Amino acid sequence: MSDAEVVPPEQAGAGGAGTGGAGVGGAPESPPAEPEERVLRLGDVLGRDAGGLIVLLVLFGGLTLASDEFLTGGNLGNLARQVAIFGIIAAGELLVILTAGIDLSVGSVLALTGCVTAQLLVHGWPVPLAILVGLLVGAALGVFNGLLVARAKLPPFIVTLGMLGIARGVVLVLTDASTIQPLPPSFAALANGSVLGVPNLLWIFLVVVAVTAFVLRRTVFGRYVYAVGSNPESARLAGVPVNAVLVSVYALSGLLAAVGGVLFASRLSAGIPTGGTGYELNAIAACVIGGASLFGAKGGAFGAAAGALIVGTLNNGGNLLAVNAFYLEIIIGALILLAVFFDQLQARRRAGAAGG
Amino acid sequence: MSEVVIALREIAKRYGAVQALDGVSLELRAGEVHCVAGENGAGKSTLIKILTGAIHRDGGDYEVAGRPVGDLTPAAARDAGVGVVYQELSLLPDLSVGENLLMGRLPARRWITRPAELRRRAAAMLERVGLGSLDPGTPVRETSLAVRQLVEIAKVLGERPRVIIFDEPTTALSADETGSLLAQIRRLRDEGHAIMYVSHHLEEMFEIGDRITVLRDGRLVTSAPVGEFDHDRLITSMVGRKIESLYPHTRRTIGAPRLTVRGLRPRGVGTPIDLQVRAGEIVGIAGLLGSGRTELLRALFGADPVAGGEIEVDGTRLPGGSPRRAVQAGLGLLTEDRKQLGLLLELSIRENASIASMDDISRFGLVDRRRERSLVEGLLGGLRLRSASWEQPVSALSGGNQQKVLLARWLATKAKVMMFDEPTKGVDIGAKAEIYQVIGDLAAEGLGVLVVSSYLPEVLGIADRVVVMRGGAVVGELAAEGATEEDVLTLASPSGRAAPGGPAQPAARRTS
Repeated sequence: MSDAEVVPPEQAGAGGAGTGGAGVGGAPESPPAEPEERVLRLGDVLGRDAGGLIVLLVLFGGLTLASDEFLTGGNLGNLARQVAIFGIIAAGELLVILTAGIDLSVGSVLALTGCVTAQLLVHGWPVPLAILVGLLVGAALGVFNGLLVARAKLPPFIVTLGMLGIARGVVLVLTDASTIQPLPPSFAALANGSVLGVPNLLWIFLVVVAVTAFVLRRTVFGRYVYAVGSNPESARLAGVPVNAVLVSVYALSGLLAAVGGVLFASRLSAGIPTGGTGYELNAIAACVIGGASLFGAKGGAFGAAAGALIVGTLNNGGNLLAVNAFYLEIIIGALILLAVFFDQLQARRRAGAAGG
Repeated sequence: MSEVVIALREIAKRYGAVQALDGVSLELRAGEVHCVAGENGAGKSTLIKILTGAIHRDGGDYEVAGRPVGDLTPAAARDAGVGVVYQELSLLPDLSVGENLLMGRLPARRWITRPAELRRRAAAMLERVGLGSLDPGTPVRETSLAVRQLVEIAKVLGERPRVIIFDEPTTALSADETGSLLAQIRRLRDEGHAIMYVSHHLEEMFEIGDRITVLRDGRLVTSAPVGEFDHDRLITSMVGRKIESLYPHTRRTIGAPRLTVRGLRPRGVGTPIDLQVRAGEIVGIAGLLGSGRTELLRALFGADPVAGGEIEVDGTRLPGGSPRRAVQAGLGLLTEDRKQLGLLLELSIRENASIASMDDISRFGLVDRRRERSLVEGLLGGLRLRSASWEQPVSALSGGNQQKVLLARWLATKAKVMMFDEPTKGVDIGAKAEIYQVIGDLAAEGLGVLVVSSYLPEVLGIADRVVVMRGGAVVGELAAEGATEEDVLTLASPSGRAAPGGPAQPAARRTS
């Protein structure tokens, strides 16, 4: 899906109207040079995130044919609920991965924030306030991660590995490893209700993905995220506030993990101190399957969402077709390798075409 | 006529839509230095890759000692006697010089290395390139670039090559170091090696070349003994058009001070530096490698912490310590190392050009795409950048075009003072002239311009005033007009070492 030789539609359109701008220097050979080749490709529409969506469509088509139950409202609602929470976490993880970092603490932060919110509810706090405190705790833990990465220059892997242990330990101490309940029904309704026949969880997931995509594509902050991931020192020397960007992405990752934590507690109507174990790896897998590069600056929100859906759909479809869950793990692992392999292949081919 | 070691006939190579090489023939003879000249993208690198077996040709014949060979692998090419000293050094910095020299064939007995044997062999190899005094146990990280270059040559020599290819070997070297490298190459030639020498520096070709082959757009333009070329003919055949004057003559009026530096002390430097750049003025900074030129620019830009001093832009004190504040105050810095300190390789041309001006083309944190596009189109169009699309990754561009993208980045910020660190390093001659033109135009628009360069004709050609640095301090100042390279070298060289060009006369006028 190389769009190197194709003039993207928006660019081609501007070429006609914007010749006044290009003509300032009287440049005869200024691009766009190939106006006749205006092929609209999937990659042009979806930008950096195209790969995963194709796999997802194939998967959906295959499962619809293979199982009568797959394409039913009930099952799709099920699928959405399964995918939403870790899709939301994946969006935060993506921001960190785009800066060439990694956040291993999201699973633990999810459990901690969920339990903090649950505990406050048990103590009779009003629902909005309890949720707010939960979210703030997540963001604060993220800021702490970010400061250690940006200011103390510690490797992100180490920092968030430490936080993975700390947050999990804190939640186990606070709850004495026991489940926190009962929670008020109004809180449980949050994740279990639906609007216009679509589960709330799916709505929230869609909003998070849409906002993340918008931020990454259209805002200055988004541009800075890619710049920092590409080369932090180059970015710094171009006037990018690298440290602020780094602290922000970890804070957002913590915040989105907290959103996941609150929804997790709401869905199960309980604070589960061991909840979210291993979610960090699922989130990373979703990003990578969706085309993100752990070296930074490559990937997009729709890709990560598609990655999350692929993993979720595989699990869901596997259950419907009664595939052994252990085999599913193997399939998902292989899928990660395959996704990265094809990315590399494409990058190499592009480098070959550009070289000389 | 001496023996032909390697002959290429009618070589063709195509990458996608680009014909990288088309019908190129070349003979490398024993005891001859064969220079290959051409702009970036002319096909020099492709030619080297075909010679070393890194890529396979699409057509044509490759003969070693008169016998045609098929598609060589890199190992087969090495066995056939082709050695390359690469532009980007291939040494492993954390290992010792000796280990690097014998990497891949470390002396060992039953998988256990033999350090004494390694030392002995490494020392013998170093002897051949005049590094007999270097301890083979020294980590490569602790050696200078010039020494690394020689170690690299020793490593290649260890493979007993009949042909040695040098790919831009002097890019990182000072004039002195270049001189001794060229002497080394001459010695290798006299020992009967066939040498292929690829460089952007035309003077070097005239100095050591026996024959020059010029490539342009993948085709062979001309190939003749060096005596048949002069400077102008070589440039004309490389560029395909005549370049009237490399250095532009812009009409400039020098106005009020734009950048004033008082008592600045970059890290690790004892002597405070005073400096002033006026509107419309181009100030060159000359000095040997390590004289503190880059450090000065970085300190001015807030990229490194400083021990003290004041920087004023248009009379307003610049709060130091942050490139972001420097950019906002109207400073721009085009760094020397494009890949490490300039480009965002994964990002598109458009994103690279606009990254420093986000504040201007955004509102409430949202990028105004229309303004971004017109900004980028206007600037890059003005710089005559050739590319299929602004959405291409910047990594797909040649060195000269990448430099233009970075230039556009800073033009977009409407800087008040522009600093250039080696602006034409690794850039072909056509693009060079354009970069000089841009620098001249910027000054003509009333910017203050600082240019650091190791290439003295460049400093003297474009600057109004040359500030000479040595050991981290400013040691003198010359008016560029009338000053000679010897004048600058006299000031720049440590005392005790006479500058080349006879008795050192203090031509410097201390104007400040």
